[in-house]
Amino acid sequence: MRHIISLLMENEAGALSRVAGLFSARGYNIESLTVAPTEDPTLSRMTIVTSGSDAIIEQINKQLNKLVDVAAMMDLSDGDHLERELMLVKVVAQGDAREELKRLTDIFQGRVIDVSERTYTIELTDTCAKLDSFLEAVGHDLILETVRTGASGIGRGDRILKL
Amino acid sequence: MELTGAEIIIRCLQEEEVEYVFGYPGGAVLFIYDALFQQDKVKHILVRHEQAAVHAADGYARSSDQVGVALVTSGPGLTNAVTGIATAYMDSIPMVIISGQVPTYAIGEDAFQEVDAVGITRPCVKHNFLVKDPKDIAPTIKKAFYLARTGRPGPVLVDIPKDVSNQKAHFEYPASVNIRSYHPPGKGDSTQIRHAVQMLLEARRPVVYAGGGVVLADASAQLKELVHLLGAPCTNTLMGLGGYPASDKQFVGMLGMHGTYEANMAMQHCDVLLAVGARFDDRVIGNVEHFAEVPRKIIHIDIDPSSIAKRVKVDLPIVGDLKLVLDELLEVLRNSKQRPDPAGVTAWWQQVDEWRARGGGLRYRNSDEIIKPQFVIEKLHEITGGDAFVASDVGQHQMWTAQYYKFNKPRRWINSGGLGTMGFGLPAAMGVQLINPGATVACVTGEGSIQMNIQELSTCKQFHLPIKVVALNNRYLGMVRQWQEFFHGNRYSESYMDALPDFVKLAEAYGHVGMRIDKPSDVEPALKEAFARKDDLVFMDFRTDPTENVFPMVPGGKGLSEVILAEDL
Repeated sequence: MRHIISLLMENEAGALSRVAGLFSARGYNIESLTVAPTEDPTLSRMTIVTSGSDAIIEQINKQLNKLVDVAAMMDLSDGDHLERELMLVKVVAQGDAREELKRLTDIFQGRVIDVSERTYTIELTDTCAKLDSFLEAVGHDLILETVRTGASGIGRGDRILKL
Repeated sequence: MELTGAEIIIRCLQEEEVEYVFGYPGGAVLFIYDALFQQDKVKHILVRHEQAAVHAADGYARSSDQVGVALVTSGPGLTNAVTGIATAYMDSIPMVIISGQVPTYAIGEDAFQEVDAVGITRPCVKHNFLVKDPKDIAPTIKKAFYLARTGRPGPVLVDIPKDVSNQKAHFEYPASVNIRSYHPPGKGDSTQIRHAVQMLLEARRPVVYAGGGVVLADASAQLKELVHLLGAPCTNTLMGLGGYPASDKQFVGMLGMHGTYEANMAMQHCDVLLAVGARFDDRVIGNVEHFAEVPRKIIHIDIDPSSIAKRVKVDLPIVGDLKLVLDELLEVLRNSKQRPDPAGVTAWWQQVDEWRARGGGLRYRNSDEIIKPQFVIEKLHEITGGDAFVASDVGQHQMWTAQYYKFNKPRRWINSGGLGTMGFGLPAAMGVQLINPGATVACVTGEGSIQMNIQELSTCKQFHLPIKVVALNNRYLGMVRQWQEFFHGNRYSESYMDALPDFVKLAEAYGHVGMRIDKPSDVEPALKEAFARKDDLVFMDFRTDPTENVFPMVPGGKGLSEVILAEDL
């Protein structure tokens, strides 16, 4: 099953590689990983999207918690949460498709952020699944380039991950 | 007070009351060695290879309750140390390794003797640091010692660039340490502990399975009292030997791949299994699915939550410091009016005794013609009164020592259990001897393992370490040969040790005493003579039976009850 794990970790050199190294050394899946400093510059917030059986996920959580640099963590999938991913996608926008792509972008609440004679660059922020649907709707033939950030996650309401 | 980085490092070690540092100098640590030279509180043991420095620090830590300290230079110094660090990590040994690094301005430029020490050691340390500012040295070393010894212990590396060890900073050793992201477990959950007591009291066929965690937590006394109150059989893992006295009647021996038949059968047929400071690893429980087929309840006490439910499902987890958890558990048990049902306990012991009779405990056929390795270990036990510190290398001799040297005290059995590092024994024994001056220290080894760090005979000479080397020389990499005999159609691929040195002459060349023993009748006199030479290192080259195998054996991937006994073949 897919899980989104949030971590607060010391914003120190090498912290990211401790997490990445843990996943590769123990053979855990890693679908995406995003990291950036928080309002407290000594802390980084990381969102990891992973998958595995309940036993594997339990181990992933325990192993992450064991890292000395990990200050706090939460498996967002254990409760209500929000996830968002930013995607930039460059598509062939010519002829009839040009109008159709604009409509599709509006429907998905995206924005065209760059235009050339031949292309659109579209920005879209949503759940990972929604971004997948958009790409499917556009169709492989028209896609020139896709850049995705990986999911960032946060708990709903009073579910807060803080030190 | 302004000091150089190097002086600060040495002052930190003094503050931590470090008596010995094991190390080897080199370019990146010259300032540190200079600071070491100008004081006499911290003594330095010059090894002949950095791997040995780390193993020696490891043996030092295992045989005491101290943190072992090693000091190595950058590049090859560090990479040589990695095997030692990984060995300590697998067995959760508290250790601080200080490595030199190329100057900060040269990092990343492929400078002479540069490696990414923090990167290379990341998967085999509890934590590591690169110190880029001399003012950070003291707080970092304070943290390193704290991390190494608290929680689940482990090695911590502090990498210090050469320029940092030469720059000045104000020195003040922190009185305390607080790492906001690190909270080692303390007491266990009281509700869980009460549940555990209830389960144990209601058990008809309880077994206590205790590992190296008991030794590390110094919780042997608690374990013994618990086992006695429960009337249960107790088994030890390889790492746990000595954590429960082998001479106690409730001890059923080591379990696992080369464990006793009764210990393994008791594991498979118990109704409640209490695991204490053990981690159900593959050499212990064999095939996980086979193990899981049994409908038993498992209580697992461990300081590391990630050890719980890693390989087997656990019914009742208790996370905490073993000593504190066992203290509380004992208190609940003592205050409970209930006691285990005596009829149930008796019936269970009858069953265990039947297994003991079937498996014959540990058995081998002795010979008048050729020296049996088990016989040497039995005699070693006898002559040392079962009270020696025994460091071992890795292979058949390790298993025979685990089986036949009946350890009654914790921290006496020093071996590389998790990583299985050949070459561990001799340098580890050096550390053991240094922190236990005057104690009898034996190193049981084979002709394969000893050659992996034999250069340390020189260190032993320099520092007058009267270790007794018991080499079981069967001219084969015995454990490899055994697997090739059982599972590879007797094709002894590269497991024969040709062109062996004359170990007697070799020992003498290093300034020690060498003995060669060929006949069974000479085993006892040789051991007696060797151990009587209190001030000498004696290298005993026992020519043992090359065909001898370690039994019982649970083949890799098999279940605990699919055991091969000596008479099955």
